[in-house]
Amino acid sequence: MRAAVSTREKPRRLAGGSLVAMAVVLSACGSGDTPQNTLAPASERARNIDGLFTFTLILAAVVFVLVQGAIIYTVVKFRLKKGEEPKPVKQIHGNTRLEIAWTIAPALILAGLAVPTVQTIFENAESPVDAIEITVMGHQWWWEYEYTDLGVVTANEMHIPVGRDVFLTLETDTTDVIHSFWVPRLSGKRDVVPGHVNTITISADEPGEYLGQCAEFCGLSHANMRLRVYAHEPADFDAWVASQLAAAAIPPDTDESLRSTGWELFISKGCAACHAVNGTEAAGGGLNPGPNLTHFAQRNTFAGALFERNDENLRSWLANPSAMKPMQPDLNRGMPNLGLNDEEITALVAFLQGLT
Amino acid sequence: MATVVEAPPISPPGAQPKGGIWAWLTSVDHKKIGIMYGVAAMAFFILGGIEALVIRLQLAVPEGSVVAEDAYNQLFTMHGTTMVFLFVMPISAAFGNYFMPIMIGARDVAFPRLNALSFWIFLAGGIFISSSFFLGGFPDGAWVGYSPLATQAEVIRMDFWALGLLILGVASLLGAVNFITTIFTMRAPGMTLFRMPVFVWMQMVVAFLLAFSLPLVTVGLFQVILDRNFGTLFYDAATGGDPVLWQHLFWLFGHPEVYILILPAMGIVSEVLPTFSRKPLFGYQFVVFAGAAIGFLGFGVWAHHMFTAGLGPVAETAFGLMTMTIAVPTGIKIFNWLGTMWGGSVSFTTPMLFAVGFVAMFTIGGLSGVTHSIVPADTQQHDSYYVVAHFHYVLFGGAVFGIFSGVYYWFGKVFGRLLDEPLGKLHFWLMFIGFNLTFAPMHILGLNGMPRRIATYGDGLGWNLWNLVATVGSFIIALSILVFLVNAVRSYRKGEPAGADPWDGRTLEWSTTSPPADYNFAEVPIVDAIDDFWYKKYGEDDNHLPVRLDTDPRDLSAREPDVEHHVHLPSPSYYPILLAVGIVTLAYGFLWLPIGYLAMAAGLGIMLWAIFGWALEDIDHPMGDGNGHGDGGDDGGGRDAAAELVGSGAEGTSE
Amino acid sequence: MAAEVAHTTSGGLDIRKTAMWAFLASELMFFGALISTFLLYRGRTNGGPGAEELFDIPFTSVSSFVLLMSSLTMVLAHNAWERDDQRQLRLWLVSTASLGLVFLGGQFFEFATFVHEGLKLDTSPFGSSFYMLTGFHGAHVAVGVLMLSAMVIISFRVGLSKARGMNVELVALYWHFVDIVWIVIFTVVYLLQV
Repeated sequence: MRAAVSTREKPRRLAGGSLVAMAVVLSACGSGDTPQNTLAPASERARNIDGLFTFTLILAAVVFVLVQGAIIYTVVKFRLKKGEEPKPVKQIHGNTRLEIAWTIAPALILAGLAVPTVQTIFENAESPVDAIEITVMGHQWWWEYEYTDLGVVTANEMHIPVGRDVFLTLETDTTDVIHSFWVPRLSGKRDVVPGHVNTITISADEPGEYLGQCAEFCGLSHANMRLRVYAHEPADFDAWVASQLAAAAIPPDTDESLRSTGWELFISKGCAACHAVNGTEAAGGGLNPGPNLTHFAQRNTFAGALFERNDENLRSWLANPSAMKPMQPDLNRGMPNLGLNDEEITALVAFLQGLT
Repeated sequence: MATVVEAPPISPPGAQPKGGIWAWLTSVDHKKIGIMYGVAAMAFFILGGIEALVIRLQLAVPEGSVVAEDAYNQLFTMHGTTMVFLFVMPISAAFGNYFMPIMIGARDVAFPRLNALSFWIFLAGGIFISSSFFLGGFPDGAWVGYSPLATQAEVIRMDFWALGLLILGVASLLGAVNFITTIFTMRAPGMTLFRMPVFVWMQMVVAFLLAFSLPLVTVGLFQVILDRNFGTLFYDAATGGDPVLWQHLFWLFGHPEVYILILPAMGIVSEVLPTFSRKPLFGYQFVVFAGAAIGFLGFGVWAHHMFTAGLGPVAETAFGLMTMTIAVPTGIKIFNWLGTMWGGSVSFTTPMLFAVGFVAMFTIGGLSGVTHSIVPADTQQHDSYYVVAHFHYVLFGGAVFGIFSGVYYWFGKVFGRLLDEPLGKLHFWLMFIGFNLTFAPMHILGLNGMPRRIATYGDGLGWNLWNLVATVGSFIIALSILVFLVNAVRSYRKGEPAGADPWDGRTLEWSTTSPPADYNFAEVPIVDAIDDFWYKKYGEDDNHLPVRLDTDPRDLSAREPDVEHHVHLPSPSYYPILLAVGIVTLAYGFLWLPIGYLAMAAGLGIMLWAIFGWALEDIDHPMGDGNGHGDGGDDGGGRDAAAELVGSGAEGTSE
Repeated sequence: MAAEVAHTTSGGLDIRKTAMWAFLASELMFFGALISTFLLYRGRTNGGPGAEELFDIPFTSVSSFVLLMSSLTMVLAHNAWERDDQRQLRLWLVSTASLGLVFLGGQFFEFATFVHEGLKLDTSPFGSSFYMLTGFHGAHVAVGVLMLSAMVIISFRVGLSKARGMNVELVALYWHFVDIVWIVIFTVVYLLQV
């Protein structure tokens, strides 16, 4: 039911436990198989990180081979063979020159690591130019995006143009908890802390779908707080913005269709208290805000990018949300069970699926 | 293993408490307390291991359905809490308790009753936290208990966690004060600081780390409890409280805590490697200084746990560089261990296998640790399975391997019988293979973007294979532990008798009987060198090779004490356990106010009874006490008894 | 004592004093964390009263002076103990405990006033951290008073001779520590905030 990702895992060749083998395996994995692979960067900043990590990994691999080699060599050379009695050996207490050598050698390697590290820290902290600004709100357990200059509000699925910096301002309600925004192929992660305003810049080189999820344990459904970033060519992105700014597809009062019934239920059952539909009486917000549903039917997924948006999943969701994704609606976290009957659900699904 | 509560096979002479369970409950003997620490820690290890197995079962395949999210969150919270606070810390305390006094030639710790109190408070605290399972569920806010998640939860689970850690903190603090005092004041004649075994040094560094870091998290835990129960606003962002404060307080404790967990294992390995290489520890002073340096630097790197919290590039640079520097003393240790084996006559007994395994696995954990100090890279690794892999290489590949090295090394000393070698080797290889199968794949999972603390993951993320491998590995580890338990029970009953010095050891514990008599040494040893016992056994020939001397120093120490009543052992006392019961009753009462006021009153009553009884108990020394109240952690009676031990022991030698 | 020490390699350290020093070092970190928390939250009054409106520096100066004087009487008690003068010892112990009680009374009055003026535990992070810091310090003073009282009782019952233990010295160490912490609190929390 959780058809969040459709591609299936392909059996992959086994590899040894060493870091070197690991690096080979990881770089050999296409990002298609591993959509959250930090070693398949798709943005400048993620590439900076990846390059630095690869450099570190190579150094570490060299040290690893040398030290483990030394251990194995020592052990093999000086071990007692079967049946051999322990021999008296010289009681050597140490060697100051050696000590100095193996103090300085690691220090030099680390100094070599420190230079690019500091460079990259400051490079990645540089303010973006001509960026799209998005305020990201972390909620238990979904993401809300507000495009500051474009006036678009959406949830879980972020749309960005390729080749342009996207400056994210990370916030959360003061009554919420800490989350962490992470789309591994586009950037490192950054925490979303109540009472703090953090920022991070992401971007994408190529159009496509980039997966991510909350990386800081945020309670019951932490595992189910996922997200997606869709990168578009600039023209396609503009088209998406335009479609988001279009008026919501609300069925007219006179309409006797299922969708119209659904819209009435949406108001009468209290959905509108948490879910906004722009330009209507459904204002949303409140103590327990839910995703803005103005263009719900443009999204591929729902409920923290967890489920594919289709009639079947929506029916199960409306029948008992917490059974599909554990939540605590009594504590204002997540969607309550509204006790809807089959006809009501059918009408609501029709209404929601019509919110194009 | 969990039921080993009989007296050791040899019943030593001297003033003895009544036998049976009562003797254990009231014992103030550091060796009995050490055994109890060890057995309790092993029981919690099995509990934490079972939690881990359920976690691995749940994650074996995507969309796992073994447990639901709620249960999963409880399981990983308790797995971390149990392994850190209820297994590795107390088992290090077990080794410290049993061997630190013997290794410095003392007859007990400075404050024997306080020592018993430490143990009983630890056990009470461990049972308190674990009992939450039956009383509303395990804590579910992760072992780091980040606020405001920890202050937000309405159920009492996180109260159990915060209160439990406070209780455990008291136990650790008392233990630390006791160890510091013991090491500073009770060393045998000639046992200067720089003749102490490295294991003792590491115990001392750990005691200082505990004394300086515990109060920081104590303040944080009080704040959480106050926020949750009394409406304070420490972590309430709506009114200006700052959740990041908790992270600072927690990691100011939490990072030294990492060294609290690993340094005792490093100490053990620094004893085992020389013994089985038949060489002294290479670069003793450097190993000691490196250990102290690690402890010192450990206070300056806490914010590397917060590289994604938005500290700003300047602070991130500072903490990143500081973190890198820790690799230097760590490297010094690894190279010196190698130097110890180099040119030695290395026999691969089970303790040696685990010690070498430690060096190899810890090196991997150290290297992945360096990659965390690369701040930009850490923004990818943080809170991913890469971090899980890293700290398991440090704390399992490191600490646990070191601990088992110590178990196989000293089991014969403690119980008089050696653990079986073939079974021990089977244990090692199963654990070595299982460990690497479990945790090596987690590097890949983390770099592939798998966050930690997730109860379930989607198909198609490229995580399926390695998760399955890790789960298989975890059950191989479980099998290895089963082999160990069988070995322990069998060897305890009918293992090969150890004799006083089965490994031709170098340090003082091998100079006394196995198990040592209640008074440890018939005569307080006089120490002339590092590895003093070795040099009392071996002289040097013309080629500077050791030759066995004719005199056997064990003849001296194994004999009966000259005059029995010269060695006054501290009397058993039931006030420590009573005080611990009082504290935990108080804590339970606090969780169910207002009806809990009754329990709190009862707890306070029991505590008062215990404190007064404690203060007035030492009838030989009416002046011994007067301030034996809980807060000061003072123990006048114990002091007198301990001072007497030193004094009368010395009398023995002078006669 | 000296004879015993000679047979260990302890550098002449007394067992119980060593333990007390280790414990106090730990306490220093405890108060350090409490003071840091207060400094972080000093301005976060959440609309409630802040340091400037609340603190009555002359009043707190007087109670600080009282606590300072108790360190003096503690020194006198310690002197009497060294001279083995039980009467003087009791006198100064009782004085020290009484000064401690006066300080605690002042703190109680201060808390009552602040609550009356609108600063409660749950008013603001400033209030929470202020009460937590000064409350924990007060608890330490109270424990000290209990210790001193126990000393007095023991002195009456069996005497506190120099040869038989060194509890007075330990209590003195503890008491001076608590006083020094207050000096820091008074400076950092009161004087620097108004």
